[in-house]
Amino acid sequence: MNQLDDSESTLRTTMAKALNLGMRRALTDDPKVLLMGEDIGSLGGVYRITEGLKGDFGAHRVRDTPLGEAGIVGTAVGMAMRGYRPVCEIQFDGFTFPAFNQITTQLAKMHARSDGDVPVPVTIRIPSGGVIGSVEHHSESPEALFAHTAGLRIVMPSTPQDAYWMIQQCISSPDPVIFLEPKRRYWLKGEVDLLRPTTEDPFTAQVVREGDQLTLVTWGPLVPVAMAVAEAAAQDGKSVEVVDLRSLSPIDFDTLEASVNRTGRMVVAHEAPVFGGLGAEIAARITDRCFYSLEAPVQRVGGYHLPYPPAGMEENYVPDLDRILDAVERAFAY
Amino acid sequence: MTPTPNTSPQLLDPHDARATAGTGAHPATVESALDVVRLLDENGQRCENSRFGPWVEDVDVQTVQSLYRSMFRARRLDEMCTALQRQGQIVLWPPLRGQEAAQVGSARAVGEHDYVFPSYREHAVILERGVPADQMMTQFRGHAASSWKPSETKTHIYSLVLGSQVPHAVGYAMGITQDATLAQLAGESQPPEAAVLVYYGDGASTEGEVHESMVFAASYDAPVVFFVQNNQWAISVPFSTQSRVPLATRAAGYGFEGVRVDGNDPLAVLAVTRWAVAEAREGRGPVMIEAETFRLGAHTTADDPTKYRRTDEEQRWATRDPLLRTKALLNHEYGVDQDYFTDLEAETDAWIKETRAGILDGGPQDLEQRFDVVYAAQHPLVEEERQWYRDYQDSFLTDGADQSLAGSDDHSVTEAGRA
Repeated sequence: MNQLDDSESTLRTTMAKALNLGMRRALTDDPKVLLMGEDIGSLGGVYRITEGLKGDFGAHRVRDTPLGEAGIVGTAVGMAMRGYRPVCEIQFDGFTFPAFNQITTQLAKMHARSDGDVPVPVTIRIPSGGVIGSVEHHSESPEALFAHTAGLRIVMPSTPQDAYWMIQQCISSPDPVIFLEPKRRYWLKGEVDLLRPTTEDPFTAQVVREGDQLTLVTWGPLVPVAMAVAEAAAQDGKSVEVVDLRSLSPIDFDTLEASVNRTGRMVVAHEAPVFGGLGAEIAARITDRCFYSLEAPVQRVGGYHLPYPPAGMEENYVPDLDRILDAVERAFAY
Repeated sequence: MTPTPNTSPQLLDPHDARATAGTGAHPATVESALDVVRLLDENGQRCENSRFGPWVEDVDVQTVQSLYRSMFRARRLDEMCTALQRQGQIVLWPPLRGQEAAQVGSARAVGEHDYVFPSYREHAVILERGVPADQMMTQFRGHAASSWKPSETKTHIYSLVLGSQVPHAVGYAMGITQDATLAQLAGESQPPEAAVLVYYGDGASTEGEVHESMVFAASYDAPVVFFVQNNQWAISVPFSTQSRVPLATRAAGYGFEGVRVDGNDPLAVLAVTRWAVAEAREGRGPVMIEAETFRLGAHTTADDPTKYRRTDEEQRWATRDPLLRTKALLNHEYGVDQDYFTDLEAETDAWIKETRAGILDGGPQDLEQRFDVVYAAQHPLVEEERQWYRDYQDSFLTDGADQSLAGSDDHSVTEAGRA
């Protein structure tokens, strides 16, 4: 079996490879872990995230399933009841919805419905977000639909390092986790320290750039954009702190509160539509917690209240550097 | 503009059993080549069946009496629970009347290593699985989310989203197979053979998840028995709206065997389910069983069958009552006399009285229990909102308690009020 070479503890690699290495380690460490999904075996998944795993761990642990998302999640729930830790791949964000019933009425609620008797440690990996120039249903950001459902945890890493250890942490979580993967960042490279302890709590936010005049919070695919926004704002004399939220349920409000109490301003950016999005919840809670520190209302920037548009129009739909910078300026205008 | 009155002739609804009964106007129904397996006729006389008869050769008078006793107790419990709902003691009750043989016969076929997934009307199955009757009612009382522990009873909780439990059963069965594979690869001894028995109904058979379950079960040779109780009515919609063909014939389309059984014949149900569970355990699954039965009562206590089905249909099925049939078998074949039935009634009366007291004894837990179970691991949002809940509850003055607001945390009280 292709074991990890621990003598080489740090490597520079893509998020795609980091996810692959993270799942490889989870499969190695725990025989109860298994992967399920469409095309994840011989093909390695349409994004090749599971490439090579079927060959190394066997078809009984890396299962090419029949084509049915409700069947994938529903049987994963059953396997979890038998003591397994299934990791399901949904091929694209927009194809999660055939499994929506199983995720929201069964997976999310099973622990509560059984009064705590039936834990369902299932991880559902969903390549998420847009700007990949694709066809309909391939570019969506469904996180708010899941965040509204008690019983689920939701994370979205933005770096190869986080992807590597967070996937392992989520697989060992006793709760079900929606693991959103920022598909347009799959080929983003970064340092991955394979020996870094993976005991860190994955359900926390991280300050990824310090600043003292405005807190810009975002997650997944927009984190690199937010870093560029902070750089551009700095050239304009504005000091922007960037927080990578990482965990979308629960949300690490303590980190956000501490940041806003220092900066006095907040912008929330996400690809998902603004209306009813996670930005609304963050704005409400931060307004409650930081009312006397705020210099301006929390500003939100995100998708419009439209179905995700055809690829030729998407660059005007998803917030980019300029639109986020515009929101930053709105916050400073008060 | 005045609306045009509807002058079109009234069309016969081909799915309205009340309108079409006896008219031959049902949609074309493909008569199945599958015979309905029956070991007792409607008068409780034995029928020959060379394939399935041997599966109940061991059944003696004690076994039949025991089957009858379970069916009788389930019916009496069902009647009491319907009454309790009318008295406002139970929030809702789905009666099982008429389906006792399908449930008791099938539940008797599974063993200690097998796992059962019920739908929500399988009260006789739950009793067979050893759950005390009064405990079983906490969910329908609205006092608990579920009434028994799957980890102890090897019986999953009730599922009210129709068909949602069927893929779980398949996944569980895939896990049984995976256990054997992992043991084999590790050079360990094989775990005991086991199968999964999952219940659903004719209405749920239409759900897409049930279809996907069949596909997955076939793909992975899952040791699962799909047990569909076709009670002819999905609330108000007759079976002819769900399917043109007997449901068991669908199994062939997935590549496994389906068997139709007279669901009001406890011996036939026991025989067919024993066979099916053995097939599944020994790696020849999955298997589908369609038990043809009839819901003699309402869908739930919120339902009114007089609005959608004819009394002659109910009367026809009442003559096929599984209890009457089993009683006739006991009378004719085993010469069981009236004393047995009189004693059983007395014993059941006492049990019902005791059970009723047990049901009425309990109350709901505090809402705070729900904060404990929503996640398995600690969750900051839940803990924050649990505190809101506590603060709000504590903001009320209780009798005899000295809870002056001055002595409490004013800020948190305000926060709670806002929450």
